[in-house]
Amino acid sequence: MLTTICPECAAEITLEEQTEISEIIVCSDCGVDLEVTSLDPVTVQLAPMEQEDWGE
Amino acid sequence: MNKRLKIGVLYSHVRIEEKWIFGAMDKRGIEYDRLDNRTIHFDLNNPSQWQQYDAIIERSIGYNNGLYALRILNTFDVPTVNTARVAEICGDKLITSAILSRSGIPQPHNLTAFTPEAALEAIETLGYPVVLKPVVGSWGRLLAKINDRDAAEAILEHKATLGSVQHSIFYIQEYIEKPGRDIRAVVIGDRLIAAMYRKSEHWITNTARGGQGELCPVTPEIEELALRAAKAVGGGVLAVDLVEHPERGMIVNEINHTMEFHGLQPVSGVDIAGEIVEYVISIARNGIPSS
Repeated sequence: MLTTICPECAAEITLEEQTEISEIIVCSDCGVDLEVTSLDPVTVQLAPMEQEDWGE
Repeated sequence: MNKRLKIGVLYSHVRIEEKWIFGAMDKRGIEYDRLDNRTIHFDLNNPSQWQQYDAIIERSIGYNNGLYALRILNTFDVPTVNTARVAEICGDKLITSAILSRSGIPQPHNLTAFTPEAALEAIETLGYPVVLKPVVGSWGRLLAKINDRDAAEAILEHKATLGSVQHSIFYIQEYIEKPGRDIRAVVIGDRLIAAMYRKSEHWITNTARGGQGELCPVTPEIEELALRAAKAVGGGVLAVDLVEHPERGMIVNEINHTMEFHGLQPVSGVDIAGEIVEYVISIARNGIPSS
């Protein structure tokens, strides 16, 4: 099971099977954006803040 | 026997679009490397590490990182999708406007000025309302609709005082009464592959700002204009944003060179990621077509 703990609110987060490293996920409890930094073991960190030149 | 291709995918975060692109690569059995632009570096005296790639697709979220990577790669003679030149044009609204103008492609009336005083004078030649846009940036951020002189003076002073130096390149656009929607048309190579309306009650229709996607039938007018606009900026994988002007008809508003398509792919049913990968393969085999 791909689970970890939200660094913001300590809620348990379960990742989908197809989750990729560097993917941004959202904590369903507190809504913070998290970046997946490892899959084995699962680790996440707060996603970087949006910067001025981001976008398409 | 065909040489086995090696592709690089340069990215910064894995969005759904990158997952679809990885999936399309896997489905075709393409050998590729995932290149996170936050962890790579370039040895400017030694291009060989990068010249192993037959093509690199650039999918960075940040414009500046992506642009410099493309400039380096193209200097190393590595084919990229899109090219640095296309990114230079499309990533800067002011340059896009200049290139579209040179090619005679209909677009909003745009003015630019370099001081708040000159910008105010320019705004008053257009009349209110007008829209001020940052030359670099997207997702509908920091757009300002200015309804009168008081607002113009305040916004211009704030931009000059609080913004980065780039915010003093004032890019002024006529305000267009859109019919509650604009059109995003995706061009890959010399084909328009899908289009959608972006609908919103708000004057900013970006899906990043809540605009809703709906399939747009591709008319000959949309196709012809989108293809001309894509060609004018150098071609490649591009999202051409069109607006229906109440007096002038269909015009080109902007062109995106690292488009998101999480809305368009499901709405259109077109495998856009697959089309992108096929285009990258063709570039890897044949090089960048001259425009």
